[in-house]
Amino acid sequence: MRHGKYPFILAFLLPPVGIYAIYMLSPYVQAIYISLTDWSGLSATQTFIGFDNYVEMWNDDQLRTALRNNAILVLVVPILTLLLGLFFASMLNVGGRRRGAAVTGVRGSSIYQVVYFFPLVVSAPIIGIVFSYVFAPENAGGILNRLLGAVGLDSLQQLWLAEQNWLIWIVVIVMTWSFVGFYVVLFSAAMQSIPRDIYEAALLDGSSRFTTFRKVTVPLVWDTVQVGWVYMAIQAMDAFATVHIMLGINGGVEGAGDVLGVMMYREAFSSNDFGYAAAIGVLMLVLTMAVAMLFMRGLRRERVELA
Amino acid sequence: MSTTQTEPAGPSAEVRAHARRQHQPGVGAGERALSLLNGGFLLLWGLITTLPLVWAIVSSFKTNGEFRTDPMGLPGGLEWDNFARAWNAANIGQYFTNSVIVVAMSLTMTMLFGAMGAYVLARYDFPGNRFIYYLFLGGLVLPVFLALVPMFFVVRNLGSLPVVGQFLGLNSYFSLALVYVAFSLPFTVFFLTAFFRTLPNSVAEAGIMDGCSHFSLFFRVMLPMARPGMISLALFNFLGHWNQYVLPLVIMQEGDKRVLAQGLGTLAANTGFRADYTALFAGLVIALLPVLIVYIIFQKQVQAGLTAGVLK
Repeated sequence: MRHGKYPFILAFLLPPVGIYAIYMLSPYVQAIYISLTDWSGLSATQTFIGFDNYVEMWNDDQLRTALRNNAILVLVVPILTLLLGLFFASMLNVGGRRRGAAVTGVRGSSIYQVVYFFPLVVSAPIIGIVFSYVFAPENAGGILNRLLGAVGLDSLQQLWLAEQNWLIWIVVIVMTWSFVGFYVVLFSAAMQSIPRDIYEAALLDGSSRFTTFRKVTVPLVWDTVQVGWVYMAIQAMDAFATVHIMLGINGGVEGAGDVLGVMMYREAFSSNDFGYAAAIGVLMLVLTMAVAMLFMRGLRRERVELA
Repeated sequence: MSTTQTEPAGPSAEVRAHARRQHQPGVGAGERALSLLNGGFLLLWGLITTLPLVWAIVSSFKTNGEFRTDPMGLPGGLEWDNFARAWNAANIGQYFTNSVIVVAMSLTMTMLFGAMGAYVLARYDFPGNRFIYYLFLGGLVLPVFLALVPMFFVVRNLGSLPVVGQFLGLNSYFSLALVYVAFSLPFTVFFLTAFFRTLPNSVAEAGIMDGCSHFSLFFRVMLPMARPGMISLALFNFLGHWNQYVLPLVIMQEGDKRVLAQGLGTLAANTGFRADYTALFAGLVIALLPVLIVYIIFQKQVQAGLTAGVLK
């Protein structure tokens, strides 16, 4: 068995490591260098311009809009999805009360999980296209406006995708919509592993449903909430497909719905400013890392309080 | 992640009966109202989740006239011509074929190379083992966008190589598949390494006693044993590759090489001018079908596979 071990290891490692190194690792390494050049992508040579791209970013108003929008996404989408996810998961798994058992799932909970999770398997462009018709004017689908009209709220009808202030919030809604199911399934698995006798004990102590949820369920799934939170924040950084499809490559009216991913793509492949695009990519890396670390720390502190 | 908790023995029947007398859980009017409210919320979210997609499916069977005058109503008949127009005139057929070709290649390579790498990393000791493992792990945290620009140039430059260049350049199925493989390997290797570690040593030893070579031990013994892990991971990667949007946008810039998600985006952008809404929805349904079928058949594994990434 000793015989031929290294040729075997080499033969098995070469394809995966080779592909990974060429298509993923080498681009990451090059990205930082490209961000220090003024490369247009068309010329064979590029000039090293130091941190000029980063200075340009500092003074770029459009980048500020994109940053603000990314900040909204990173803060609001995780909070909304986690709250809704916890709410629905607890209803599905510990929401029912039957004779003889302190907690049970509600009837049909597995069907609900299947339905809630479905948006996760649908590609973001398809979701974006469908929702651009939901928010469209009435003569092109416009489900939302028609629903508002049907319940007598005509005054709220408007051209949603033409209103600068709404753009990023529409993206928030669409992303939340598609992600809630993920957390329902994730938290359901965590809640299923909570021993039932803890709920029996809570019930014997006369604890109300809300108290049980707050004092028993939430602390016991908090670990899952924590990882889920970080994962969600990182996902929310990338809103590329949703924004690109629903608002277009310029980020909607006056670029008001722009996000960093779309801006980077636009700078590279439509303005041919690859150096600047790479610099935005580096900024996204830094922000992703920072967000991950911040969210981890913030939550760890809170967990100590609750436990 | 599958913590199958058996029902623990609760308090004795008397204690429970006592509790029931005191608090009457599940039988009081207040409790019942609350349950109804719960059910209402759950149903409401179910509707919010399904209605937009159901609406898209219903719209794909309408005529354009019906869609414009009554977008919320049911179609008068089934307008199959929408699907024909989507498939032919709107080029969805071509995009669908492109997606199938690319995903078939990328999924096969991801699973094969991922399993090979993970197997060696999990079960063989050699200098540099940990280094390579962490190299793959690093790919889990780096954002795709940082790599996007240089990746474009890497692929473009590979295209100018002699002989192999035609398969490795921009607008090539094989290039895009390789890019998918590279971006799927971190998670695949990470997940399968953990899986291969859990496989019993005794079987591997028995294989060696029977005179298996390293290669046949992998292909005949270990790989078949890893099947459950391979299946959930293959589903995860299938969905990821089929739904990919930004990577093909960079690699496949030629019109007739576009993949489905990309082609639909272009179609959606042009639909307003052509006013052929129902063909667009037919295209969406065509793109949705493979995913829907996979999800209905394998929903438990899909859910497990997609959530495993967070829990592990």
